Amino acid sequence: MIHSLFLINCSGDIFLEKHWKSVVSQSVCDYFFEAQEKAVDVENVPPVISTPHHYLISIYRDKIFFVSVIQTEVPPLFVIEFLHRVADTFQDYFGECSETAIKDNVVIVYELLEEMLDNGFPLATESNILKELIKPPTILRSVVNSITGSSNVGDTLPTGQLSNIPWRRAGVKYTNNEAYFDVIEEIDAIIDKSGSTVFAEIQGVIDSCIKLSGMPDLSLSFMNPRLLDDVSFHPCIRFKRWESERVLSFIPPDGNFRLISYRVSSQNLVAIPVYVKHMISFKENSSSGRFDVTIGPKQNMGKTVEGVVMTVHMPKAVLNMNLTASQGSYTFDPVTKVLTWDVGKITPQKLPNLKGIVNLQSGAPKPEENPSLNIQFKIQQLAISGLKVNRLDMYGEKYKPFKGVKYITKAGKFQSLGSRIVLG
Amino acid sequence: MQKLLQLPASAVNLVRCPPGAAGEDAKSPVLPAEGGQQSWYSALQADELRLLKAPEQQPAPDNSAGASRTQPLRHDDLKEMLDSNKDSLKLEAMKRIVAMIARGKNASDLFPAVVKNVACKNIEVKKLVYVYLVRYAEEQQDLALLSISTFQRGLKDPNQLIRASALRVLSSIRVPIIVPIMMLAIKEAASDMSPYVRKTAAHAIPKLYSLDSDQKDQLIEVIEKLLADKTTLVAGSVVMAFEEVCPERIDLIHKNYRKLCNLLIDVEEWGQVVIINMLTRYARTQFLSPNQNESLLEENAEKAFYGSDEEDAKDDKTEAASLVKRKPYVMDPDHRLLLRNTKPLLQSRNAAVVMAVAQLYFHLAPKAEVGVIAKALVRLLRSHSEVQYVVLQNVATMSIKRRGMFEPYLKSFYIRSTDPTQIKILKLEVLTNLANETNISTILREFQTYIRSMDKDFVAATIQAIGRCATNIGKVRDTCLNGLVQLLSNRDELVVAESVVVIKKLLQMQPSQHSEIIKHMAKLTDNIQVPMARASILWLIGEYCEHVPKIAPDVLRKMAKSFTNEEDIVKLQVINLAAKLYLTNSKQSKLLTQYVLNLAKYDQNYDIRDRARFIRQLIVPTEKSGALNKYAKKLFLAQKPAPILESSFKDRDHFQLGSLSHLLNAKAVGYQELPDWPDEAPDPSVRNVEVPEWTKCTSREKRKEKVEKPFYSDSEGESGPTESADSGEGSICHDVRAWASVAVGTDSLTPSLPGQHLTLGSPSEEEEEEGKKAKKKKPQRDREGGSESSSEEGSVSESSSSESDSGSDAEESQSETETKRRKTVKSSDPNRDQRHGDFCFICPGILPLPSLYPHLISSVPQVISPVFSSVKTYELLHRMTGEGLSVEYYFSRQPFAPDPHMVAVQIQFSNNTDSEVKNVRISEPKLLSGMRVQEFKEIESLAPGETTSVVMGIDFCDSTQAANFQLCTHTRQFYGAIQPPVGELMAPVFMSENEFKKEQGKLTGMSEITEKLTLPETCQSDHTIVQRVTSAANVSRVPCGADNEYRFAAKTVTSGSLVLITLEKKEGALAQLTVNSEKMVIGTMLVKDIIQALTQ
Repeated sequence: MIHSLFLINCSGDIFLEKHWKSVVSQSVCDYFFEAQEKAVDVENVPPVISTPHHYLISIYRDKIFFVSVIQTEVPPLFVIEFLHRVADTFQDYFGECSETAIKDNVVIVYELLEEMLDNGFPLATESNILKELIKPPTILRSVVNSITGSSNVGDTLPTGQLSNIPWRRAGVKYTNNEAYFDVIEEIDAIIDKSGSTVFAEIQGVIDSCIKLSGMPDLSLSFMNPRLLDDVSFHPCIRFKRWESERVLSFIPPDGNFRLISYRVSSQNLVAIPVYVKHMISFKENSSSGRFDVTIGPKQNMGKTVEGVVMTVHMPKAVLNMNLTASQGSYTFDPVTKVLTWDVGKITPQKLPNLKGIVNLQSGAPKPEENPSLNIQFKIQQLAISGLKVNRLDMYGEKYKPFKGVKYITKAGKFQSLGSRIVLG
Repeated sequence: MQKLLQLPASAVNLVRCPPGAAGEDAKSPVLPAEGGQQSWYSALQADELRLLKAPEQQPAPDNSAGASRTQPLRHDDLKEMLDSNKDSLKLEAMKRIVAMIARGKNASDLFPAVVKNVACKNIEVKKLVYVYLVRYAEEQQDLALLSISTFQRGLKDPNQLIRASALRVLSSIRVPIIVPIMMLAIKEAASDMSPYVRKTAAHAIPKLYSLDSDQKDQLIEVIEKLLADKTTLVAGSVVMAFEEVCPERIDLIHKNYRKLCNLLIDVEEWGQVVIINMLTRYARTQFLSPNQNESLLEENAEKAFYGSDEEDAKDDKTEAASLVKRKPYVMDPDHRLLLRNTKPLLQSRNAAVVMAVAQLYFHLAPKAEVGVIAKALVRLLRSHSEVQYVVLQNVATMSIKRRGMFEPYLKSFYIRSTDPTQIKILKLEVLTNLANETNISTILREFQTYIRSMDKDFVAATIQAIGRCATNIGKVRDTCLNGLVQLLSNRDELVVAESVVVIKKLLQMQPSQHSEIIKHMAKLTDNIQVPMARASILWLIGEYCEHVPKIAPDVLRKMAKSFTNEEDIVKLQVINLAAKLYLTNSKQSKLLTQYVLNLAKYDQNYDIRDRARFIRQLIVPTEKSGALNKYAKKLFLAQKPAPILESSFKDRDHFQLGSLSHLLNAKAVGYQELPDWPDEAPDPSVRNVEVPEWTKCTSREKRKEKVEKPFYSDSEGESGPTESADSGEGSICHDVRAWASVAVGTDSLTPSLPGQHLTLGSPSEEEEEEGKKAKKKKPQRDREGGSESSSEEGSVSESSSSESDSGSDAEESQSETETKRRKTVKSSDPNRDQRHGDFCFICPGILPLPSLYPHLISSVPQVISPVFSSVKTYELLHRMTGEGLSVEYYFSRQPFAPDPHMVAVQIQFSNNTDSEVKNVRISEPKLLSGMRVQEFKEIESLAPGETTSVVMGIDFCDSTQAANFQLCTHTRQFYGAIQPPVGELMAPVFMSENEFKKEQGKLTGMSEITEKLTLPETCQSDHTIVQRVTSAANVSRVPCGADNEYRFAAKTVTSGSLVLITLEKKEGALAQLTVNSEKMVIGTMLVKDIIQALTQ
C-alpha cells in the first residue's frame, strides 16, 4: 500500500523521509515539484499524481506537503485519510504540526510512523494506543529523561491493541473526574446581493474532553435529536442505540476527541445571525470607486455577535483603499489585494460601518466584478440550530464526574456575493 | 634559511588548525596523517565532553557545509557511543542515527555497530535499532543475519506483544536467505493463541510474498487458515493479505463470506475499507444483477421497498400482497446481508470507509436503494480539500448514471470563491451533470455569478458548462446562446474566446436561425487575439458562408492580410475558409484564395504547406486533377454532425468507483477488474457452512414450524419479544439484534431458500461472550454480528416452547447422545442470553476443519482411545462453599462425541444436604475468544445424598486458560472454573515408528523443545516411566526400536497439531526429554509437566 512518505516544506525542501518497504529515491518528488509549479498556488496541486513507476498521493496541511508514494492500486481516500490522521497525530503530540516541531522531535516522529504503518498498511492509528506506546514529549519529561536516562518509549506493553475497545487505554486515573462537551456549529451560507439566502446549512461537531477514571459508560441525550440530519460517529458510539433511541451511548476514549459531526439540513430554515449592506461601485473612466459596507446583527437570539472579521478579495486593478472604519481597524494588502476589516463586537445601537474611496490603477479598465465578502463571526453560548444537550449519564463507575457543555456558533464558509449580472 | 622559515609555518598551521576543519587538513599535502588524527581526537573529546556534561542537549545541528566531509569522523564517534556500556549513550547515538535516516542521509556504514545492540535491554534503543535494521538490512544482508536469532527467540516469548513485534521486524527484513525462517514463523504465528499475533502473521504474508513470490502456494494455505479466523482483529489484515497475494482465489471467500459480513462493523476502519472493496468484487461474481429486470422497473422499485430494512414496510396487507405476486427476480439473502451490514458504515468518521460503502451500493444495490449514499457523500464535501477532490470525482461519475440521487443536494455543490480551482471545476462538472429541465434556471443563475469570478480558469470552465447545459437541454438553448453572445462583449479576452468556442459548437445545431450571431462574431476578428477563438470564428464563417454572403469575403480579405502573423491553427482555418468561399463564391474570392494558398505554400510549418497543396489540387480545376474535383463541394460543405458536448466522466464507471484507477481514468498497477454480473447465478450453497447430521434434525423441525405459521406473524413474533427483552434489560444494553431481526424477518419471506437461511452467519464466540457482557451491564460496543442469531433464537425458543413436553418422548428411540443434546436445546431457559449460548452450541460443528496442514492430516492416523485414563479429580465446588452441594470434575479422556474439538470433562455432583437440589445447570460461561462450551443437560433434581455425573465438552482452543462459568441451582449461583492441565488438551494418536520420525523431522527448529533431567530411583523401570508420562498427558506410546528411548504421540484437540514426545535415557539417571510441536506454548508447558511427573 503506502510505500514511502516524504515531508516537504513550502520552499521545496524534503526534510523527512520514511520508507516502509524498499527505499524509493528522493528523485520521485521531482514529479511532485513539477506539478506544484504548474499549479501556481498550493491549494491546486492535484492530490494524485501519476508518474511512470509510482503514484504520488499528497495532502497539504499546515504549510507542509505530505507526499506518499504508492506503487499499486489503492483507494486514494484511504491514503488521504491516513495522511491526515498522521498530521492529526503530530498536532496531538507536539501541539502543532509544523516543520520545526517535526524537526525537533524527529525521533518521536519516526517512532510514530513506524507504529502507525506496517508494510504500508495502517496498524495503530488510535491516539490512545499510540500514547501508550510512545509518550508525547513534555518539557518536564525531557528534563527527567535527560537526568535519569529513561526514555519516551513506554516500557509497559500497550494492551489497548488487544482489547475490543481499542480507542481507550486501560487503567486511566484522575483525581478530578471531568467530562466536557463543546457543541460547535458553523454556518455555511451564500447570500446574494439583495440579502436573500442562496444556500445555508449548519454543520456541527461535538468535541469532547473526557478525563474520567476507569471504564465509564456514558450516554448523552438531546432535547431535540431529530434536528440532526446526517451524523457521523466516532467508532466508540453504539450505532444501534442511536438508531433506535437517538441517544449517544459510548465508552469514551481518554482525552480530547471528536464525538460526532453532524449536519442540520438546509431544508430547515437557517437563521442567519448577521446581515451585510454593501455598496461597491466604480465609475466609468475614472480611477476611483466608492466602497461602503455596514454589518448588522439579525436573529441572534439575544446573544452578542463577536469576533467579526470581514475579508474581501478586491479586483486586481485596485491600487489602494482610503477608508474610515466606525469601529475596529482595517488593513489592505496591496500585493494580494485582500482587504481585512477586524470589526470585533457588534452593538446594535451603533452599527459598524466601513466606507471610503478605492483607488484604481490609472488607465486600467473598470473592474467588472463586485467582489464577494467573506465574513467570520462567533456567538458564544448559542447553538444556532437550537440543538440542546438534555443530560449526560454515566454508568459503570461509582464516582460523580463534573460535567460541562459549551455552545459556540461560528461562521463557516459565509459569503455574501457581489452583484450578479443577468445572463440571457 | 628557507627551510627554517618553512618549518614554523607548517607548525603554526598545525596549531591553528581548528578541530572542525579536519577534512581540509587531511587534504593538505603537508600533514596528511597526523593532522587528521589529531583533530579526530579533539573532535571526539569535545563530543564526549559535551555529552557527559549536558546530555539533554539536542544533537548539534551539523554545519551542513562541512557535514559530508566530517561525517566519517562523526560516525566513529557514534560507534564509540554504541559500544559503550551506558544505555543513555547508546540511546543518544541511535537517536542521532535515526535523525540521519530521517533526513535521507546514508548511515549504512554503522551497520555492524548498530546490529550488536539488537538485544539491548533498553526498550527504546531496541526499537530504534529495529528501525535502523529494517531500513538497511537489504543492503547488508550478511550482517543482518546476525540479528535473526534474537527475533527467533522473541517468537517464543510468552508475551504475545513481544511475539508479535519479533515477527513484525523479522518479516520486515528484506533478506531472501531467511525466507524459510519467515515462512516457518508465519505458519507458527498463524495458529498462535493470541489474535494479535495472528494479525501480525497476516501482515507478514504480503511482505514475504513480495520477497519471494514462489512461496505463493504455501502462503495461500496460511491465508486460507487465517480467513477462517473469527476475530475482528484478524479479519481486516488477512483480507488485505488476500488482496495482495491471491485476489483471484475468490473461492476462498465462499465459506467466510457471511462471517466477514457479520464481523464487518467491528473491524478497525482500515480493514473495513479493504474488506468492503473485496466483497464488492465477490458479490459481482456470485449474485445476479438486482437491476436486471429493466422492464419491470416499477415492480422492482416496489420490491426493493419491501426488501429494505424499513420497519414500516411490514404492513400486513402489502406483505400478503407481495407474497401473492411472485417476483421474477429474488435477491439472494447473502446479497441482502452484505447491503444491510455495510449500510451503517456510511456514518463512519473515516472518509475512506464511507466511500467504500458508497461504491459498494453503487455497484451492487438495486436502483431504488442507491440513493442512501448521496447524503453521506455530500457530508464528505465538508472535509479536507483532498477528500473533496476525490469524492467529487466519484460523484461526477455517479451523477451521470444516477442523476436523481444527488438532485436534492444540488445546492451543496454550489461554488464558493474560496474553493481551490480544481474543486470548483469538479463542482461545475457535477452541477452540469445534475442539470435538467426543472432546475436549469437555478443552475444558470448560479453560473452567471461564477462568470464574474476572478479565477479565469474557472470562468472558462463555467462557459463550457453553460454550453453543455445548452446542448443537453433544448429548452434553454436559446437563452444560453444569448447569454454567451452577451459575453462576447466582455472586457476579458479569455472569457470572449471561450464563449466563441462554445458558441461555435452550439451554432452547429441550428445555424440558419443565427446568422446575426455569426455576423457579430465576424466583427470580433478585429479584436480577439486568442488563436482558438479566431480559428473557431473562421471555421464558423466558412461553414455558414451562405448565411453571411457579404461578410465572408471581407473577413477572408482581412485574414489574408494578416496571414503571416497568425498562429498555425488560425492559418489552417484561413485556408479552410478560402477553400469554402472559392467553392461557393468563386467570383469574389478567387484571387484571394490564390493569394492565401500561395502564402501557405511557403509557410514554415509543413502541415500548412501540405494542406495548401492538398486543397489547391482539390478545388482548382486543372487538366490533371481527377475525379475528386467534382466532389469538392460535397467534401467541404457536407452536413456535419453537431459535436456532442459530454462529460469527461462518462463511462468511467467501468472502473470500480473510489479506486485509484477510476481517479486517473487509467488502469493502475494491480487493479482488479470489477467483473460483470453473471447471467446465471452461481450455486449459492457454496457459502453454506456445513451442518452436522444432528443439528440438521433440529433445523428441519424449525423449518416445519415456520411453514406452519403465516409469514408475517412469524416475523412479528420474532421482533416483538426481542425488542421488549432489550428495553427490559436497561438503558445500556444494546438492541442490535432486535433491529436486525426485523430485517431478517423480512428476508425470510423469500421461501425459496429457507434451509439455507437457517444457517446464515454462524455467530462467533465473541458475540456470545458479548451477549453475556451486555447482560452484566458490562459496557461493550454494539455490533451487528449477532443479527442472524437473534432470529434463530426466536425460532429455537418457539420450537422449544411448543414441543418441550411431547417432543422429547417421541424422540426416545434415537441414540442416547442425540437425545441428550436435543434436550439441551429444548431446555433452554427464558433468559435470552442463555438461548443465545445454546444456539452457539449448534453452530460449532458447522465450522470447517482448517486443512492447513494436509500432509499432517493425511498421514496421521485416527485418534485412538486413550491408553490411560486419568483419575486425578479436581474440585469445582467444595461442599462448604456449595452449601452442601459438592462438585468435582476429572478429564475422562474419552473423545467427546458431539464435537471432536472439545475436551470431555466428567463432572460429578453430590448432594450432601437434606433437601433436594433442583435445576442444576451452567450459565453465563465467560470465555476467552475462540473458546466454546457445550453444557451438560440440566439436572432436574438431585435427591439428598445422591450423586450423579454428567459430561460437558469444552473447547479450550489449545490453551490452558480456564473456562469460567456460573453453576446455578434453583436457589443459588456459584462461580466455577475449569482449568485444564496441558496434558489434557490432546488426544492420543497411533503412529508407526517411521511415521513418527518423519513427522518429527518436520517439526524441528523453533518447534522443538529439549530439556535434560535426572530420573529419580523410583522412576527407572519402563513401566513407571510410561505410566507417569501417560498420566501427565493424554498421549499414546509409539513403538520404538531402541531400548533406552520412549516415544509418545498425540495431537491437540482443537487444532489437531501433532505433539511428539521423546524421552531418551542416558548414562546413570540422566535423561533427555524432547517435545516436538507446532504449538510452542503447549510444548513448553508439556515439558515442564512431564518432568515434574517423572521427577516426583
